Amino acid sequence: MSLKIAVCMKRVPEMDVKFRIASSGMGIDETGLKWDMSDFDGYACEAALQMVEQAGAGEVVAISLGPDAAQETLRKALSMGVARAVHLKADPMPFDGWVIANALAAELKDGGYDLVMFGRMSLDSANGVVGAMVAELLDLPCVTSCSRLDVSEGAATARRELEGGAELLTFPLPAVVTIDEGIARPRYPSLKGIMAAKKKPLESKPAELGEARLTVTKMALPAERGAGKIIGEGPDAVPELVRLLQTEAKVL
Amino acid sequence: MANVLVFAETRGGSLRKVALEAVTAARELAAKGGGEVHALVAGAPGIAAQAERLQAHGAQAVFVCEHDAFAQWNPEAIAALVASRAGDYRVVVMSASAQGRDLAPRVAAKLRVPMVSDATRITLEGDVVTAEHPGFTGKVVQTVELRSTPAVVSLRPGAVPPVEAAAPTRVEQVQPAGDPAASRVRVTETITGNSTKLDLGEAPVIVSGGRGMKAAENFALLEALAAAFGNAAVGATRAVSDDGWRPHADQIGQTGRLVSPDLYIAVGISGAIQHLAGMRTSRTIVAINKDREAPIFRVADYGIVGDALEIVPKLTEAVREARKA
Ligand SMILES: Cc1cc2nc3c(=O)[nH]c(=O)nc-3n(C[C@H](O)[C@H](O)[C@H](O)COP(=O)(O)OP(=O)(O)OC[C@H]3O[C@@H](n4cnc5c(N)ncnc54)[C@H](O)[C@@H]3O)c2cc1C
Ligand SMILES: Nc1ncnc2c1ncn2[C@@H]1O[C@H](COP(=O)(O)O)[C@@H](O)[C@H]1O
Repeated sequence: MSLKIAVCMKRVPEMDVKFRIASSGMGIDETGLKWDMSDFDGYACEAALQMVEQAGAGEVVAISLGPDAAQETLRKALSMGVARAVHLKADPMPFDGWVIANALAAELKDGGYDLVMFGRMSLDSANGVVGAMVAELLDLPCVTSCSRLDVSEGAATARRELEGGAELLTFPLPAVVTIDEGIARPRYPSLKGIMAAKKKPLESKPAELGEARLTVTKMALPAERGAGKIIGEGPDAVPELVRLLQTEAKVL
Repeated sequence: MANVLVFAETRGGSLRKVALEAVTAARELAAKGGGEVHALVAGAPGIAAQAERLQAHGAQAVFVCEHDAFAQWNPEAIAALVASRAGDYRVVVMSASAQGRDLAPRVAAKLRVPMVSDATRITLEGDVVTAEHPGFTGKVVQTVELRSTPAVVSLRPGAVPPVEAAAPTRVEQVQPAGDPAASRVRVTETITGNSTKLDLGEAPVIVSGGRGMKAAENFALLEALAAAFGNAAVGATRAVSDDGWRPHADQIGQTGRLVSPDLYIAVGISGAIQHLAGMRTSRTIVAINKDREAPIFRVADYGIVGDALEIVPKLTEAVREARKA
């Protein structure tokens, strides 16, 4: 079996920092931030590589839309084992997922992919819309938030987690899937992989961007929680905790 | 006039609480826009019986679409149905549940409009629809404007508590768009956990355990504490779901579930940033950890330092007593 898979990946800030709001009040202050492939896109990339390895033939293509720096994310994918990469240049990164979906769909349309893979959501937008929108634009079957995925000749099965349950699905290929965490942990690029990536093809071209109709009017930090309070040690502190839950927090 | 359409989520033939939350949120929008709230419910024959609770929560029209192929979740056909009826509404509200997250972007794309997911607040002022939506793993609150008609929004479960408000209603049977039996994506099996178990997204209280619980068996202590509360669900950290002590579906955090209960009790959890991303908006946080320096204490309203295996049984007993009184 041969599989041709596209993985769409977004470059996002690393999240383990305290963000600052830009002076415009409409974005985050990007000074000093470190950036990486969005978590779920890493899982999708790893799952794609494993599927092609298992199939024995085929290739994984990485696609990222964004400013020139998105090429760093694509280089990382290449060093993980992706065969080639496409950068759709858009600076600044659009906020409207529908705009992103249209530009990605235009690139994917004639690619001949068996599978187009996305993350369940990107960590910055936390929207989780682009994958399913691309599926609609390309009129492909779509399964979102897969926590398991098994591909065979021309068809696939998947599992999705639900609140208090799960569902199992079947669908024909070509298809679009979005990937949840359970599926695969991304490999670390090896030194050999990093060297090889430098010679792999990375094509850059302008993204086809439509009009944005979803716009940010304000970004703010959530209200700070008051400083924590340690009320005591060991089982002896339990009565005081229960009292506070009843009288102060009123949750009991 | 600004009418609002709600897709009312069901599972196993009954409405889910999130459907009533969506209707409640829609009511406020419709009132602002001088329009009506309409709800659309789809399911196997017999689903029409669910219209009653939608009416009780203020849906002024309920459209019911019954079809054998809706016995299981059928995202392609449901998206086609919702999109075929949504075009004339000012706002379309769904839930940011597993089902709603699967459905909403398909509907938006069919209508060729953008959308925002997981809104904690939706407003309509004049003709401007805005939504608040936590991004950057919950660390930044984004206010967005949706400049499209309809504006498609999914609502974070739990963000708007359902409130009853009966309205004069009509119920109308409607036809599916296309053949629901022809969908390419098919659900072959729905696995339901223990149906009496509260879902993490819906439980007012969450008791969550980390590696400090020491062993899978010890989660029985947390189950007992949850049972003592009577309205609690049990969550876990990634360390714990990685070790197979708890299912991945119970994982709370950046790459797991995002929850916001009234009370979150973190037991044997260090409070890694990725875990906090999933629970820091909880109303009250309690931490039990043997390490006084654990970062979880920095977000906890109330902390107890000590051995979880000793403290939890005492707490269970005390909660049981308190609830009896
Ligand atoms: C990309 C990425 C995504 C991630 N996503 C998530 C996510 O979604 N959710 C998540 O939870 N994590 C996530 N993580 C993992 C996260 O970084 C932490 O590793 C994890 O949350 C730690 O789990 P823990 O608190 O159970 O374990 P630990 O960090 O090992 O903490 C155990 C705690 O138990 C305490 N303890 C030990 N014994 C006792 C005792 N007898 N009584 C009381 N306390 C005791 C210890 O003092 C310690 O604080 C992610 C990590 C990465 C890199
Ligand atoms: N700018 C982008 N370039 C490439 N892929 C993207 C981009 N934005 C989003 N995606 C993909 O779409 C998924 C969902 O993104 P979102 O709808 O923003 O949550 C991500 O996990 C990526 O796989």
